[in-house]
Amino acid sequence: MDDTIAAIATSAGIGAISIIRVSGNEAIKIVNSIFKGKDLNKVDSHTINYGFIMDKDKVVDEVLVSVMKSPKTYTVEDVVEINTHGGIAPTNKVLELLLKNGCRLAEPGEFTKRAFLNGRIDLTQADAVMDKINAKTDIQNDLASNTLSGKVSKLINDLRNDMIQIISNINVNIDYPEYDDVDIITNEILIPKIVNLKQRIEKILKESKNGKIIKDGIKTSIIGRPNVGKSSLLNALIEEDKAIVTDIAGTTRDIVEGQITINGILLNIIDTAGIRNTNDKVESIGVEKSLKMMEESDLILFMLNNNEVLTDDIKLLIDKIKNKKYIIIINKIDLETKLDLSNIDINKDSIIKMSLKDNIGIDELKEKIMDIFSINNIEIKDPTYISNTRSIAILEKCLISINDIEEGLNNNETIDMLELDIRNIWEELGKINGTTYEEELLDEMFKRFCLGK
Amino acid sequence: MDYEIIVVGGGHAGCEAAYASAYKGHKTLLITSNIKNIADMPCNPHIGGSAKGIVVREIDALGGIMGKVADKTHLQIKMLNASKGPAVQSLRAQGDKIAYPKEMLKVLNSLDNLTIKEGMVEDLIVENKTCKGVVLEDETKITSSIVILTTGTYLASDILVGNTRTRKGPHGERPSNNLSNKLANYGFKIIRLKTGTPQRIDRKTIDFSKTKLEPGDNKYLTFSFDLEPCYKIEEQLPCYLTYTTEKTHKIIRENLNKSSMYGALDDIKGIGPRYCPSIEDKVTRFADKERHQLFLEPESKYYDDIYVQGFSTSMPEDIQELMVHSLPGLENAKILKYGYAIEYDAIYPTQLNFSLETKVLNNLFTAGQINGTSGYEEAACQGLMAGINATLKLEGKSPLILKRSDAYIGVLIDDLITKGIRDPYRLLTSRAEFRLLLRSDNADLRLRKIGYDVGLINEKQLEKLKNKEDNINKLKDFLKNNKLKITDEIKKKFISNNIEVPSSTLSLEQLIKRPEISMNFLSSIINIDFDEEIKEQVSINLKYEGYINKAIKEAQKMLKLEEKQIPSDIDYDKIKNIASEARQKLKEVRPQTIAQAIRISGVNPSDISILSIYLRKEYPYES
Repeated sequence: MDDTIAAIATSAGIGAISIIRVSGNEAIKIVNSIFKGKDLNKVDSHTINYGFIMDKDKVVDEVLVSVMKSPKTYTVEDVVEINTHGGIAPTNKVLELLLKNGCRLAEPGEFTKRAFLNGRIDLTQADAVMDKINAKTDIQNDLASNTLSGKVSKLINDLRNDMIQIISNINVNIDYPEYDDVDIITNEILIPKIVNLKQRIEKILKESKNGKIIKDGIKTSIIGRPNVGKSSLLNALIEEDKAIVTDIAGTTRDIVEGQITINGILLNIIDTAGIRNTNDKVESIGVEKSLKMMEESDLILFMLNNNEVLTDDIKLLIDKIKNKKYIIIINKIDLETKLDLSNIDINKDSIIKMSLKDNIGIDELKEKIMDIFSINNIEIKDPTYISNTRSIAILEKCLISINDIEEGLNNNETIDMLELDIRNIWEELGKINGTTYEEELLDEMFKRFCLGK
Repeated sequence: MDYEIIVVGGGHAGCEAAYASAYKGHKTLLITSNIKNIADMPCNPHIGGSAKGIVVREIDALGGIMGKVADKTHLQIKMLNASKGPAVQSLRAQGDKIAYPKEMLKVLNSLDNLTIKEGMVEDLIVENKTCKGVVLEDETKITSSIVILTTGTYLASDILVGNTRTRKGPHGERPSNNLSNKLANYGFKIIRLKTGTPQRIDRKTIDFSKTKLEPGDNKYLTFSFDLEPCYKIEEQLPCYLTYTTEKTHKIIRENLNKSSMYGALDDIKGIGPRYCPSIEDKVTRFADKERHQLFLEPESKYYDDIYVQGFSTSMPEDIQELMVHSLPGLENAKILKYGYAIEYDAIYPTQLNFSLETKVLNNLFTAGQINGTSGYEEAACQGLMAGINATLKLEGKSPLILKRSDAYIGVLIDDLITKGIRDPYRLLTSRAEFRLLLRSDNADLRLRKIGYDVGLINEKQLEKLKNKEDNINKLKDFLKNNKLKITDEIKKKFISNNIEVPSSTLSLEQLIKRPEISMNFLSSIINIDFDEEIKEQVSINLKYEGYINKAIKEAQKMLKLEEKQIPSDIDYDKIKNIASEARQKLKEVRPQTIAQAIRISGVNPSDISILSIYLRKEYPYES
């Protein structure tokens, strides 16, 4: 971490201005070497300085340069930010000059990595920065910002603080058994406290799952027999020809992804190869993938052909989707109805009649999706949710422990035994905001930040 | 070389250390300022108590002597937390302040290799950062391979009463004036601590009818795994419970500035124990509390002093008179000894290795209050460990280090040397995160084998342990392989005991796992021919199987981090970005493993991450 890194900090494209961020021991020196204006080595910290970036004698751009000296900077190192006049060419040129004069091009997330390693932000915050960098929707961005500001940390800390009260109270009882003048915690006193904790964890967990939907989107797969119109549906939804559409059954062999937003929620749509038994080797791999994808999906769009009679294999497939969230789409209603679902055990409310050819049913489908995921009800103004999978897994573990405690309470288990579980939850929750050390976290960091390379 | 091991101090730590060393056949000298004060109990008269009772069991399991001496001499014994889970149950005995030291001296005198000598140690013989013996106040030098310091509260101690400060140890004994200065000169960081003791009252002047009787348990109990109970239940002496009154609190509040600790003395440096506050502290800190519990405890059956547990004070004597007479039952009480506070020097314990050998001087071990702990049991277990590790060092063997998941002793030593202390350290059940594994009932199963390996447990004792283990397995098999057939008669027994009748035939193991079915109940309907001890052990293991397995899993997680060694040559200044407080703590403690580093207060998880990353990069083959 001795070298000085540089990268374009604003998103690529033509904006009003672009910012190039430089961080490291030599940040000021290097920028100064290509800057014409005040001597940046001598200016005060946290000042903005007007001048020009020079390539030898030639002016590259008229710029504003922010000089921020260690330690009160994003990375805790010396940081210089160059505001250029925008346009891809001059911005790239400035970056090129920096690299030529001793900077190294920053890896994705490397400024954040430095901020983390220098102790300026904790892991949840680092996580959030990465999310912010990758944010595709406004709500995702809000969510990342809330995590970044430590709202999640506070939520978890409040919970842990209440728990430590209970724990210490129980411990006084255990440590000073001779004294009867301290408050004795009985199961009756403990029950409402545990119920309260449970409700709070459940609430965070529920909102977190929504948060995950906001962050990761809804993984949606389109399932159906060959040539039922799956690729056409995908195209209609993403309004571009991403999947190859032909009328030859089995054209789609790979899984094609597309993305749309419905009321700010991202839908990741996966088109699958049609499910049928086949001797074609390439396609049978596709079938396997499709079945697996179905298993991993948050939502299944199951397409049927209005013009075909239900076959036994379709009946079997419908059986496979029943424990997932699904919508049955009956396509090709412009053709003669041969399909009969009257004897099939499915939720009739989940059926949408569609004709992709005549552009019928697409809006209804979008509304149904919003309905299923209560997208209108997701509180998007203040998303303080915990949105990464690791944290959700921890919360789920805590909920199991809470249930153990409740069971123990019902079995009249002694409070000192229950305290073990309470303490365990307290420890686990600390892993979410990094107050409990966890070796696996380190592995996570190595994965995210390419540490050690 | 005059001796192999010299133990300085004859308190509870010194006795265990000298015993372990001499029992193992090493030529040992115990130096005490007064032979009369061997194994003295200068403060409260009990042995054991919450967590501490488990330590006494652990000492016994390893081959120490505190438990046996207590068993032979106590006035009463009881199991604390009997209504709670097995993990927090702990024995507490009311000791006899005459009989206990007498019995201890008898045990020590029976050892061939032990010499006991009166003397005051004022310096060490030190060459090349290595301790080679001691210097007495008359400048006599005695040499040895190893010295174990167990000086208790006798390092530069001052007795504080009201506005007076007197250079004295407990009972007005002479303290060591120079030793702590010398230790500071050798490079030790010295801290000043404080503790206190309450009044002793003449039993004949107390009206016990105004107090509540606190008898011993109606069941035979022992600390030791080797002894049969040697007392009679009905002959146990009771303790009594009384309370402070509003009048007591008024007296204390009105005279607070006369207490040494509240302004009467302006040169108080010692930090008192949070877990054993003075009555002044209690009344001030918990102002809204109407009354505080006080236990009246007999000190001995050979004299009349009654100890007023919970009433420790440094008020002047006239105020103490008023305070005592405000207590129900003590209106006309005669005070035989006044309460006092005592300030003393200790070494900051992060200067120790896990073996209790100091990092500052080779071949010097320290144990007990000198390491900043409070309590007889805390002292004794350190004395035992220092004694064991001193002998192992002499024998060229690696030290015995108990982990936090092995014993309370391991928790205590790890806390001391990893976290350091702010006030005198008391062991508490809540400090042991693996307390479900560290129970009173299984101390022998955990530690006897280790005691045998280090040479303090003999073949016969080991044989007894193996028998116990065999019987435990036999009973487990019996419960697993036998089913209870629900006959009409058995059904009746379930119903009359208000227990739900099983709907099908279940194995005895399945039955005992039910919370409402006790081993006693099961034994009443089917013949289970095993000792109570075995039944208890198996019952705990089956009933709490889920919890125990969770604890084992947690312990394994910690042990995995214990495997992540930190090289001893690590230079913390080379690791960038560690917070400065964490860097300073790491340099001070020099943890041996990542697990230990995590436990250092002031070292945050983010510091550990950075340390781990550094280790992965710099020592790729070691971590």
